[in-house]
Amino acid sequence: MQVPAYVEYEKASSLEHALMLLARFGPESRVLAGGHSLIPMMKLRLAQPETLIDINGLKELDFIKISDGELRIGAMTRHAQLLDSAQAGKHFAILHDAERVIADPIVRLWGTVGGSLCQADPSEDLSAAFATLQATMVIVNLDGTRTISARQFHVGPYETVVGPGEILTEIRIPIEAGVGSAYEKVGRRVGDWPVGAAGVAVWLDRAQPGRIKAAGIGLAAMGAEHFSAPQAEESLIGAQATEETYARAGQIAAEHCRPVSDQRGPAEYKKHLASELTIRALRKAVRRAGG
Amino acid sequence: MQITVSVNGTDYTRVIEPRLLLIHFIRDELRLTGTHWGCDTSNCGACVVWLDEKPVKSCTVLAAMADGRRVLTVEGMASSGGRLDPVQQGFTQCHGLQCGFCTPGMMLTARWLLNHNPDPSDEVIREALSGQICRCTGYENIVRSVRWAAKHEAGGDQS
Amino acid sequence: MSKSEKTETSIIYKASYGSVPRKEDARFVRGKGTFVDDIALPGMLCGAVLRSPLAHARILSIDTAAAAAHPMVEAVITGEDLAERGMAWMPTLSADVQAVLATDKVRFQGQEVAFVVARDRYSARDALELINVEYEPLPVLIDAQTALDADAPIIRDDLASRTDNKIFDWAAGDKEATDLVFEQADVVIAQEMLYPRSHPAPLETCGAVADLDEITGKLTIWLTTQAPHAHRTMYAMITGLPEHKIRVISPDIGGGFGNKVPIYPGYLCAIVGTLVTGKPVKWVEDRSENLMSTSFARDYHMRGEIAATKDGQILAVRARVLADHGAFNGAAQPTKFPAGFFHMFTGSYDLRAAYCEVTGVYTNKAPGGVAYSCSFRITEAVYLVERMVDLLARELGADPAELRMRNLLRPEQFPYTCPTGLEYDSGDYPKALAVAMDIAGYAELREEQASKRERGEYMGIGVSFFTEGVGAGPKHLMDILGLGMNDGADLRVHPTGKAVLAISCQTQGQGHETTFAQIVASELGLSPDDVEVVHGDTDRTPFGLGTYGSRSTAVSGAAAAVVARKVRERAKLVAAAMLEVSAEDLEWADGAWRVKGDPEQARGIAEIAMAAHSGLDLGDGVEGHLDAMTVYDPPNLTFPFGAYICVTDVDPGTGQVTVRRFIAVDDCGVRINPMIVDGQVHRGLADGVGMALMQIIAFDEHGNCLGGSLMDYLLPTSVECPSPELGATVTPSPHHPIGAKGIGESATVGSPAAVVNSVIDALAPFGVKHADMPLTPAAVWCAIQGRPLRSDLALR
Repeated sequence: MQVPAYVEYEKASSLEHALMLLARFGPESRVLAGGHSLIPMMKLRLAQPETLIDINGLKELDFIKISDGELRIGAMTRHAQLLDSAQAGKHFAILHDAERVIADPIVRLWGTVGGSLCQADPSEDLSAAFATLQATMVIVNLDGTRTISARQFHVGPYETVVGPGEILTEIRIPIEAGVGSAYEKVGRRVGDWPVGAAGVAVWLDRAQPGRIKAAGIGLAAMGAEHFSAPQAEESLIGAQATEETYARAGQIAAEHCRPVSDQRGPAEYKKHLASELTIRALRKAVRRAGG
Repeated sequence: MQITVSVNGTDYTRVIEPRLLLIHFIRDELRLTGTHWGCDTSNCGACVVWLDEKPVKSCTVLAAMADGRRVLTVEGMASSGGRLDPVQQGFTQCHGLQCGFCTPGMMLTARWLLNHNPDPSDEVIREALSGQICRCTGYENIVRSVRWAAKHEAGGDQS
Repeated sequence: MSKSEKTETSIIYKASYGSVPRKEDARFVRGKGTFVDDIALPGMLCGAVLRSPLAHARILSIDTAAAAAHPMVEAVITGEDLAERGMAWMPTLSADVQAVLATDKVRFQGQEVAFVVARDRYSARDALELINVEYEPLPVLIDAQTALDADAPIIRDDLASRTDNKIFDWAAGDKEATDLVFEQADVVIAQEMLYPRSHPAPLETCGAVADLDEITGKLTIWLTTQAPHAHRTMYAMITGLPEHKIRVISPDIGGGFGNKVPIYPGYLCAIVGTLVTGKPVKWVEDRSENLMSTSFARDYHMRGEIAATKDGQILAVRARVLADHGAFNGAAQPTKFPAGFFHMFTGSYDLRAAYCEVTGVYTNKAPGGVAYSCSFRITEAVYLVERMVDLLARELGADPAELRMRNLLRPEQFPYTCPTGLEYDSGDYPKALAVAMDIAGYAELREEQASKRERGEYMGIGVSFFTEGVGAGPKHLMDILGLGMNDGADLRVHPTGKAVLAISCQTQGQGHETTFAQIVASELGLSPDDVEVVHGDTDRTPFGLGTYGSRSTAVSGAAAAVVARKVRERAKLVAAAMLEVSAEDLEWADGAWRVKGDPEQARGIAEIAMAAHSGLDLGDGVEGHLDAMTVYDPPNLTFPFGAYICVTDVDPGTGQVTVRRFIAVDDCGVRINPMIVDGQVHRGLADGVGMALMQIIAFDEHGNCLGGSLMDYLLPTSVECPSPELGATVTPSPHHPIGAKGIGESATVGSPAAVVNSVIDALAPFGVKHADMPLTPAAVWCAIQGRPLRSDLALR
């Protein structure tokens, strides 16, 4: 069986303790959350941190709540908790759509929302879902707190803006009326990473029925910059929610992504999925928005 | 480092390397070999045990992370008097196993499912087990085994 | 054989047959099984294999100094060390040779290069990283279709005078007669198709614990093997140790499916490890090692042709195959059958002629060619003919089920000699197909399909029919490395009437401990609980070739029945002495020897056993005790068959396929334990779903394996596998002692074609006639676009 290389281990008892440990052990230390991304990488010896800082005991990062008009999800929230959260599902059905197809039920019990985002796999469903919702990421270090848009969180495959000595603590999404959202994914099998996936959030104009006021589109595994499709979103603003509108948005989304061919499918097929799944998610999101 | 883990109700204290995986703590340190491993990549679920009250793939957790927690393995499913859990009985009654390699993980997930959903539909059972691979049964008889257990939960007899 | 003889098969003693729960389960549900990795011996060391990252490269140097200096390392072994013992190369099951640890070149990614023995498994892994190997990369050959090109790199330059990559040319059938039928036929259809490389991937990977007792000189090896006796003989030949000083124990095995038939370098490394260190050595591969280096299956590039009359009478089938065997010919099949039982590609139909040619080639891919849950390449054969029949139906505008019904062999044609020479023992094929169509509600399904198509919804109905030849085999026809394929059985009845049956094959989940007890119990009038089945230990069981190719029931099961009947005949003499009558006056009825005409005068086996061990005078020349042994040489293969119908729903927008229903009607002759039979069928249907929709080991142009983990080599889960709908017909084998035929692999053989036929049927409105497995969403969508994927290479 594959086994990790030698590593030191520290258990953090609080957020502040975790930050101090990160500072003490420096850039070769890594935060250990659910471990379901990091430990497999360590077993393959693709990751060989010198020290693990275990933050599983940090209850303060384990929450889903609404405050100040925002849905706030703690970084240590397990996937299953997000999937089970009626609050999250009520406001953002996309989160339940996405969580339902992330990994498998056992992995979802332990893998964390923050861990998945920080792993920054280009195929990560949650990265696309939060990009869709234009969520805000909260990052803390010993000097204080900073926030950054979900669309600036990832700087490349397996790379985020979270620096040494920093921890992603929560994700915030502003709650607005009239929003509908959905996530559509194609895998080769249940539990597979996406061949391609698209998330959509639409905000309908209450004054003018059927008119889209604002929209977010997120794409996973499609080679879309920042997991998003801004040009396609733009095409939706002010448009009527019709099949023609969806088709145009889908086409633009496909044109602007740069998927790579791999064993999940050739690039041509993935581009098709970018369009097809954007269209399907749009239909569902508009329906959920009451459109 | 030193850890203390309660496994099947007994506290075990061991000095371990921090990198030791929970599966190896259970199998190699404690010699509880009913828990298997099959894939390295948390895809197959042969290594499922409970950590505190939830199933986990023990090949993807460090033993260090289990320090101070409770682990349940297949060896702890039957009552102390040897009375089999209804899930164990169901697998026997419904031919829910062939080679027996995936069985402990499947049964532990099934037990967890029934604790939260005493009367699951076939679809719910199949979804709950979808992170675990069985190469022998085609899953049908595993689903029937779980259903059998659900039906017999109340007064499971010894077999 | 006349008809009256065929119906004579006596299925009298079936009191103990039936769906009884398995004896094996008690230990497994408690977590008390003993698999190889569960073995722990005092002072045991752990081994790990260093593998090649490259698919084809010359080894310039191997520096093991740093690894050897690791404080936890006890030995580092290279090919040079093995060469000193004459063990750098080992024979394969196809009489080729394979490097145990590479000395000259590496020939596939994942090939074994060095072996580290350390005090624990973590240290062994650590030490692998300290070995430095210098490689000179060589051109890589991955595409079998270019293996015989003039400029192809020569892979096996270790073999004297090797100038190309061809392993063998093999043919079966009558070429001239077949060509003639094709020339004169109204309709001829041809199709290229790939049965892609897959891997059996049992949940337990391969491993060994080798332990040399330096005082007695006895080597004990706990091994994940489906063929312990054959392994023992081969280890004796390879190591030079005397065979009686080698004991192979195949403990509980976590699934085999053909993967655990061959000998692997890791096994020999563990053996050398204990010889070198004098301590027990465990080696267990990880999942990537399992998928990347142990035996693959299939990898057949096929061209099928079918000839028919315009009104739908199938006349002939022709096949041309390029068989990719990887870097070493490790195919597991009887010596005279280099393409296994591929020549059963004539299928279940009444043909005038058939002919096939198979060319085996080397590539820079992992070696193998095992029978993944099938009898030696029969799966490829069934897939070929069943795809061709569907293509013919499409061409003729015929219903695929009706076309099959019209052309299936009729019951009165049995025993039937197929155009390539095998004699099918018995069957009622139309009945099996009719039962399957009835369960499916075939006509209603076609109506549903038509109305859905009008609404733009695409469902497919796929039919397949298969005949499998199992139970290798008659020793005049079949051997592996010169070892005839017969199975022994020993039966001892203890004084109190409790019996121990020792068999040469063993279970990897099939339930031998239960079904073999049922066979013996039925023959002797005992309860299955009174029969203990001993298996999987070469010191405790008679010689035989193991469990694969569905041969357990067909060969060892027959041996069990025969040895029980021998005991019963011995018991007759004892009973005669007990009852003070002549043996001729006794008849076996209702589980006891009874005096003819006075059935109350009777003795059962338990009473007889005690008497046989007592001081009772048994008469001149009658030995005491109640034991017997036998070696069973099957007169023929047995031929299970079945009809499968698969219903799929296809989403053309994404290419996603859902298997909605799977109907399977199997005829495996007499069923000893129907519950276990059904379980075997369930498994095989899941294999069909997996192979048709997701399982593939592909390679990129550099020879990198693209299916090296269970994230990349997808196996079906509980969500993709439907709840099967089973039916049964029972046509006993006329030559098997209890009329059984074998069921272990039928569904794996028959089901992939049903799934593929179903998907292609769903895609008919798009003009799709064929697409290669696996039918992933991408493959289906590309087929709809008219640009089908080549699935065995890196997708572009």
